[in-house]
Amino acid sequence: MIGILALQGGFIEHCNILAKLGAECFEIRKDQDLADKKIDGLILPGGESTVVGKLLRESGLFNQLKHLIDDEIPVFGTCAGLILLAKKIENDPNVYFGAIDILVKRNAFGRQLGSFRTDGDFAGIGSVPMTFIRAPYVENVGPDVTILSKVNGHIVAAEQKNILVTAFHPELTDDSRIHAYFLKNFCKK
Amino acid sequence: MNNRYELNKNLAQMLKGGVIMDVTSPEQARIAEEAGACAVMALERIPADIRKAGGVSRMSDPKMIKGIQAAVSIPVMAKVRIGHFVEAQILEAIDIDYIDESEVLTPADNVFHIDKTKFKVPFVCGAKDLGEALRRISEGASMIRTKGEPGTGDVVQAVQHIRLINQQIRNLQSLREDELFNAAKELQVPYDLAKYVHDNGKLPVVNFAAGGVATPADAALMMQLGAEGVFVGSGIFKSGDPAKRARAIVQAVTNYNDPDIIAEISEDLGEAMVGINEQEIELLMAERGK
Repeated sequence: MIGILALQGGFIEHCNILAKLGAECFEIRKDQDLADKKIDGLILPGGESTVVGKLLRESGLFNQLKHLIDDEIPVFGTCAGLILLAKKIENDPNVYFGAIDILVKRNAFGRQLGSFRTDGDFAGIGSVPMTFIRAPYVENVGPDVTILSKVNGHIVAAEQKNILVTAFHPELTDDSRIHAYFLKNFCKK
Repeated sequence: MNNRYELNKNLAQMLKGGVIMDVTSPEQARIAEEAGACAVMALERIPADIRKAGGVSRMSDPKMIKGIQAAVSIPVMAKVRIGHFVEAQILEAIDIDYIDESEVLTPADNVFHIDKTKFKVPFVCGAKDLGEALRRISEGASMIRTKGEPGTGDVVQAVQHIRLINQQIRNLQSLREDELFNAAKELQVPYDLAKYVHDNGKLPVVNFAAGGVATPADAALMMQLGAEGVFVGSGIFKSGDPAKRARAIVQAVTNYNDPDIIAEISEDLGEAMVGINEQEIELLMAERGK
């Protein structure tokens, strides 16, 4: 069972892709949602990182999820989810889970007029469609982080141990290969 | 263009489950962001004050909008008058994230809406029934909101509009395929959009509620009726404790199915906006732009 953080943003889109891949999922809004569930992986979806970060702290979910992440449960963060997992955010004093050793820049491609779609190479998968919506990118990574994809010289996907992050939204395309990669390489170890 | 339209629909998808708040200054914008708004709507006067002031209501001063853009990191939206494509060009020029072609402002054109396919920047438009929603989408809107009755603090119109839109969607779904041509004619919408709704049981874009939401319970009501997020205009900064009320409404939209949480956050919010009944107002903004 994959838990999807459902406080705000595009969580249904992740559910739909996982359903296509035959994986079960459930939505997480409050700490009771985690009780009596066996959770094999966690997805932090896109949305507004300020909103989700704030609701995480108010709902009491933050500590519980932090615990799971530190215990090395597989985690996949897209866009705002990447920001929540980053160790440092260049243009924001907040740090949320601080779980992957990357420095992130929020809204790095600008406002909505800077949003774009492209095809890019993703390590081990090949060319995948990538949708960037007011997206962040990764400025630099620590020694234990593997870079999985770059677009225009900017790092847009990376992994470290139990954590996978993308600055773009694979859940907004018909291509389910990155979700399949997460299920296969992270959740079934 | 198609690529752009997809990206613009995608931004609305990322706003789902969130609250978009009307703000009139950088200070209010920061309060809204701090309270958990997923976007702010920059305008000079909130709808309740537009009603009070009367006269012609126009797009806000670009300088004021830029001040709000500089103050927050979340998306910034702003309103243009219905049909006023030059106001829209101005907002696109200052790199706005979303344009609301809004009945809250005085319409600039009594017949034609803006041809929104000509813009790169996304548009949200109001609708009070399925026909209006699909006509706005065929003109290029990448997000829809109910019109409700802005500036009243009275949720009755928003409830009526979301119920009607969803009833009409269910009606379309129940038709045989060969009946859709006539349904499209009756709704005064393009056939392919009627077909989309018939096949998918929903609008092809995200649909928020707006117009009269004043309490966390109002917001949760709209979500349970099928809205994917909520706009709150006058309801926050016309109330006794805006920051607290804003936080509570954000919580209510996330936890709309959880009465225990909504009960807890509804406590002690101070004075709600006073509100006016639909019957007491002379100007029905929802009747603008069909």
